This record gives sequence, structure tokens and C-alpha cells, in this order.
Amino acid sequence: MDWANVAIQGILLGGLYALFATGLALVFGVMRMVNLAHGDLGILAAFVALFLVQSFHIGVLWSGLLTIVIMFVVGYLLQRGLLNFTLGSDDTRPIVVTFGLSIIIQNGLIMWFSADSQGLDAGKIENISIRISDKLSIGWFPLLVFITSIVVIALLQTFLNRTKLGRAFRATSDDREAAELMGINNRHIYGLAMAIALAIVALAGILLAVRTTFDPTQGPFRLIYAFEAVIMGGMGSIWGTLIGGIVLGLSQTLGSQAFGSGWGLLVGHLVFLTVLAVRPSGFFAKTVTA
Amino acid sequence: MSVLELQEVDVFYGDFQALFKVSFKVEEGQTFACIGANGGGKSTLLRTIAGLQRPSSGQIFFHGEPVDKHPAHDRVGMGIALVPEGRRVFPSLTVFENLQIGAYGGRKGDWNTDSVMELFPLLKPLVKRQASSLSGGEQQALAIGRALMANPHLLLLDEVSLGLAPVVIKRIYEAMVHLVDTGTTILVVEQDVQHVLTVADHVACFLEGRISLEGKPSDLSSEAITAAYFGM
Amino acid sequence: MSAQDFSVARSTRMHRYVLIMGVLIVAALASFPFWAQVSFLRTMVTFFTLVALAQMWNLLGGYAGMISVGQQAYLGLGAYGLWLMGDVFHIHPFVSVILAGGLALLVALPVAPLIFRLRGGYFAIGTWVVAEVVRLVVANIQATGGGSGKTVISAARLPIDTRINGTYLLALFVAVGSILLVYFLLRSRLGLALTAIRDNELAAQSSGVNIFRSKLYVYLISAFGCGVVGAVVAMNLLRIQPAAAFSINWTAYALFIVVIGGFGSIEGPIIGAVIYFTLLQSLSQYGTTYMLLLGVIAVAMATKAPRGIWGIVTKRWNVHLFPVRRRLVLEEPPEPQGTTGAGAAGPVAEAS
Repeated sequence: MDWANVAIQGILLGGLYALFATGLALVFGVMRMVNLAHGDLGILAAFVALFLVQSFHIGVLWSGLLTIVIMFVVGYLLQRGLLNFTLGSDDTRPIVVTFGLSIIIQNGLIMWFSADSQGLDAGKIENISIRISDKLSIGWFPLLVFITSIVVIALLQTFLNRTKLGRAFRATSDDREAAELMGINNRHIYGLAMAIALAIVALAGILLAVRTTFDPTQGPFRLIYAFEAVIMGGMGSIWGTLIGGIVLGLSQTLGSQAFGSGWGLLVGHLVFLTVLAVRPSGFFAKTVTA
Repeated sequence: MSVLELQEVDVFYGDFQALFKVSFKVEEGQTFACIGANGGGKSTLLRTIAGLQRPSSGQIFFHGEPVDKHPAHDRVGMGIALVPEGRRVFPSLTVFENLQIGAYGGRKGDWNTDSVMELFPLLKPLVKRQASSLSGGEQQALAIGRALMANPHLLLLDEVSLGLAPVVIKRIYEAMVHLVDTGTTILVVEQDVQHVLTVADHVACFLEGRISLEGKPSDLSSEAITAAYFGM
Repeated sequence: MSAQDFSVARSTRMHRYVLIMGVLIVAALASFPFWAQVSFLRTMVTFFTLVALAQMWNLLGGYAGMISVGQQAYLGLGAYGLWLMGDVFHIHPFVSVILAGGLALLVALPVAPLIFRLRGGYFAIGTWVVAEVVRLVVANIQATGGGSGKTVISAARLPIDTRINGTYLLALFVAVGSILLVYFLLRSRLGLALTAIRDNELAAQSSGVNIFRSKLYVYLISAFGCGVVGAVVAMNLLRIQPAAAFSINWTAYALFIVVIGGFGSIEGPIIGAVIYFTLLQSLSQYGTTYMLLLGVIAVAMATKAPRGIWGIVTKRWNVHLFPVRRRLVLEEPPEPQGTTGAGAAGPVAEAS
């Protein structure tokens, strides 16, 4: 395949990675918590969408929208019902609990849906592409995913910068206790942050499911890529995660092209480790997060 | 009815007891000053009234209603606002956003961004600046302004003069007098006795978690205050 | 209080009984090869490796506050290290087991400063990335057998009795060794430093504790231990595959064992391993259900009883089988201090 083609694919793939990364970054920004089940929750959303399509014979679009709403609610309840109780005194607890959640989701999905690969069929949009020249063409769907990720990130950034609730998010991120003195209920804010994070990761999971096959054990890989995008982009910068995602996507596809298909993922990880070594604060480091 | 009443309040940090059976009343329109050396329990007292700290026993009444069941974020809506020790402005927010956040609870009243900036004109040219870039005095003015945005009935001020230049302290105390004129009740905590006695109409001296002296400043000799302050 | 009114004590009479009991148990376990069945010995090897793995994970997570989800990197390296030393360099497999730990340590050396740039949850995922890198390298190289792996021929060629009994005793040695290693580490200056860091990193730093070095030592020791565990596992199975050797499940097992048994204690991983292993024997045919159940228990434990079963026991009865805590014993009870609160800690104050 042509290099230019591969590069474009890598960039577009980066959009999907950024979409997985956004929620991880948001949750970390607002409550300094890293959700190790983040990737699994995205995959869970893909299965929920699949289940809705199969049980109610609705289209992927409606099923997807419904799933996003469901995951929003799940996120709020998960945070207020469980994760809020792990925050505070000991910062190892949320790590242990979310890792446990990750194991629960993976094995629960295997029990329910088996370990087989699944696909979510969105119809002909998956296969059509824009031809730019004889050698260069861009798939409509990957492009759509990329644009979606830009729109989502722009919306989230606007929400954080321009709305009253967004200000409350940033204030809570800066100083939880001082925010309480302003009348902000941090438990509610944390719940909403997780709800938004899971809505976005649900969207990412569904887009992934349409784009390629998925199975219950893929969550951890999604988490790792999201994490690499967050760290490379610069913790706390949401636009940074898009750049981080693109760098990761490019490294993987170009790596595969150069050294063979088995090496792409490895090249991606090595580029990440190099960035960590050379520029540990990422491309768009911010001292203040959110 | 008193604006605030504490009845035998005990507060612990783990094994360490910070307050011992503290009782007092703050009346409508009063400026009530708590003075005392470091570690006397004054900041704990304000944190407890604001709801950041829970008393292990005793009760706190606001306008005659017990507030113990209400978390800190509820008490703002009831009309209690705290300017915390160390100012604690939101560093990544602009000055204007800090003020907007102060009004998050949505309590009605006379205070808005305009009237706050009238009280502290130094904030006016800074509205678009990030709060982290402000000087100590500017941050303190912002912290007080932010608390006023909640239109509190009872304003709790914790060491507002600490680390500030004398001119700034003077300005803040002038503002305090103005606040009382607008009908706000103030409970102020200070280590610096001199300034606070010029505005306070009631003073309580804290020593190792207990009130060692209480009364009108005019009734108390400076020797008595010094003795209560240092525990002699 | 003047200086001579108190002393720092760690042992009690109970600890002498614990020591005697411990020696008796180990001696009994060491006698198994003389009378137990081969299948039982092999099962016990799995148990011992789990104890050692859990101790190593707990040293990192429970004592140094570094939750790793990537210790399978060193476990897998240890497994491949056994093959490398035994089959390529023709070193006796039993010696290779220890050298395999050294290989893991060597890899950990450059990795540590890199991932120490990450903290908390991001550190955890960072360790996972490292494990993925090692897995992908091993799986993509022809010399290590690629995705299908290798058979450890040097170990397979040993006389069967020597191999089975030797592996059993080695595994027992590794399990006991891991317990003693953690025990003596915690009693050393490093243990004191870890306690200080865990309680308050900033305060520890300002009182002269070198945080980076303390964490580095712990990380390297844990890598070495996990490497040895991996080599023992490979001795037991004789077959190494990247997918199994570098599986995240190793971390899951270690985490479950430690969280259920007791986070941040020596006793916890032992208790956790016994519970985990008992459950495994009866529920192993329900693989996914079993993992699901463990996940639920771990989440419940971490939320409701963060110090695990052993934490509940110590809180209830104040027993410590391993005297790693320093107790400040006052020679005379202090004068009643009334209400000043300073006396609330009682005559025995513990630093743990």
C-alpha cells in the first residue's frame, strides 16, 4: 500500500484513539482518578449496542444513541454508587477497584456473549470511500470518525470553558474543598464527569465496533492506547489528546508498513516510551488541568 | 434570635482534639472576632461552621435551625460563606470566573460582579487575568469578593490579613466596615489583634481549643487580652 | 518524658511461637516429595508460586504504594530467561532459575526511571505498556519461537524424579524466600523509608529519605522476584508461550490474592493465596465465573475492607505474626492527661 494512504489512515485512526482518550483525560482532570476499566466500558457499550440491535431490530444509529444515553446513566450511578467511596485517603484504592471492574466487565461479557469476535453492521457507509487519485482514497467511515472526534472534543472544551457547570468542573479540579465552599457538590460533579466520560467512550466503542470486529478482551488495549494518547498529548489538555492520538495512530500504521504487520503496535508503544523519556509532560503540557 | 449559636462543640482531627466544648452566640449585624495564637483552634472553628469539618459532639444553629445535617455545599445556599485560610482562589480560572463561581449557589441579594468590583476597585483591571497570576493582596480581595457573590448572611473570614501589606490590610478592614453597614454579620478570625479590635464589637480569645476570654473590646483591658492570648 | 522512659520493641513472646510454628510447617512441606503424589506436588508448586508472586506484588503496591498491572513483564522474562540460560547457555536449570530473576532485574533497571515519571493510576498503565512491549518483542522474534513459544528442553531432559522433586523444593524455597525477603526488607532502613514515604512523601523527603532510590530498590527486587517466579512456573510447565507468560492474568491473580488477604501486610498474601487456591481447586472448571466472582470480591474488599481479611483480624485482635512494626513501649504508664488528647494513643504507639 502507498505510504500516503497509510499516513492518512494513521491520522484518521488517531481520531478514534483520541475519542477513547477524552473521557480518561476528563475524569483524571476533574477528580485525579485513573479509571482502569475505561477501555472495557467502551467495549461494554459496543456490546450493549449490539444487544439492542439484535433484540429490538433497530438500526445502528438509534441503538448507538440509546447506548450513549444508557452509558451516561451508568457512569453517573457507577461514580456515585461506588467510585466516590474509593476517593480520598488512599490513592491505591481507585486503581484496585477499577482494575477489579475491568476483570468483572471482561468476564461478564464473555459469559453473556462468549469470547467470539462480533461486528456491528452499519450498512454501506463502511465500504464507500472518496477517491483522490489512483493510489489515494479516503474511507468515508474513518473520516466520519475523525470528524466526530474533533466535534466531540470541541463541544467538551466549549462546555468546560463557557458554561456554568463547566466552570464548576474546573473549579472542582483546581480545589475540591474551596469548590464546596461555593456551593458545589463535588460528588455530583464527579458523577457528571464520569457520566460524560462514559457517554464519550460509548460513542468511541460503537464507532470501533462498526469499523472493525470486537471481542470482550479488547478493553485493556483500548485503555493502553487511550493512556498513551493522553500522556503524549500532555495531561490536562483535551486538544492534546487528539494530537497524541494522531501520533500514536501514525506510529502504528507507518510501523506496520515499514516493518511488517506484527511490529506496528510495538512501534506505537516505543514512540510513546520515547516521548515519555524525552518530553514527559507531553506536547501540550499544562500546569493546571481540566 | 442569634444568627449563629454554638453549643458545646467538640472537634477532632483523628486522635487530636482541636476544639473543646466551645459555646458562643453571634448576633445579627455583629462583627464577632476570634483571636488567639496559632493552633488555638480558630481555623477549625470556621471550617466546622462552614461544614468542612464535623463536630463529634455539640450542635451548631443558624438562625435557630440546626445545620449539622447539612454538608458544606448546602450551607452556602443557607447563607453561610467562608473565606478560607490561604485564600484558595481557583488558580486556573480567571478573576471574573472566580467571581461567577461564587454565585454558583444562586442566592438572591445585592452582590454581583459590579458591586464587588465597586468594593474592590483593584479587581476591575484584572477581570480577564488568571487568578494564579495575582498578587497576595489581589487574591485576598478576590477571595472575599467571591464569598460575597454568594450573598451570605454570615461571612466567615479566616486570617484575611495574613501576609499582606499594611495598605492592603487597611483596605480590607475598611471594606469590612462597609459590609456591616449593608447588613452582613461577620465572624472573623485573626492572629493580629490590633486591627481586628478596631472593627469588632465582640471578641473571643481562643487558647488550645477553648475560649479563654470573651466580651466587648471596650470592656477588656489589653493586659487581660494578652494574658488570655498567651495563656498566662 | 525523658529518653530512658521508653524503648523500641518489635518482638513479643508470640513471635517466638510463630517462628517455631513456621519452621515446623516448612519442614513438613519439605517432606512432601518423600510421600506425596506427583500431581499433588505439581499443584503445590502452583500454590507456592502464587504466594511468592503475591508477596512481590504486595511489596510494590502495598508497601511502596506503586500499583503495578505489569509485573507479568518480569514473570514472562523469567520464564524465557530459564529457556535462555538452560537451553542456549547450557546452565543447569535449577541455577538458571535464579539467573532468570537476574535477567528480569536487568530489564527493570532502565525501565524504572522511565515509568517512575508516571504516578498513581498512570504508573499502573505504564507498567502495562512495558509488559506489552516485552510481549510483542518476544512474540515477534523468531529466535524465541515467536507466538508459539518454546519448550524448555534442558529442564525436560532432567530425570523425572529430580525435576519434579527439585521443582517442588525450589518453589517452596522461593515462596519461603519471598516471605523472608519482604520481612527483612521491612525491618531494614529501606522498610523504614517505605513507611515514611507511604505516610507522607513530602515529609519523608524533607527528613532525608531518598524517595527515588527507595522506590527503585523495591521495584528492582520485585522484578527479580517475579522473574524467579516465572522461571519456576516454566520449570513446572516446561512449555512457554508469550500469550500465557505475559498474560495480564498474573497481575489479576496477584491483585486478588493481596486485596482479599490483606493489602500491605506479610500475612495477607499468604492467607489470600490459601483462599484463592482453595476456591480455584473447586471452581476452576467455571473459569469465567470464577474470575468474575474474584473481581466482585476484590471490588467489595477494596471498598469495604481495604486492608483485607488480615486487616480485619489485626484490628479485632491486635495480632501481628511478623514483628515488622516498631512499637514504642513506655516503661511507665504516662500520667493521666485528662482531656488534652495527647494521651489518646495509649501506652503503646505503633508506627506502621
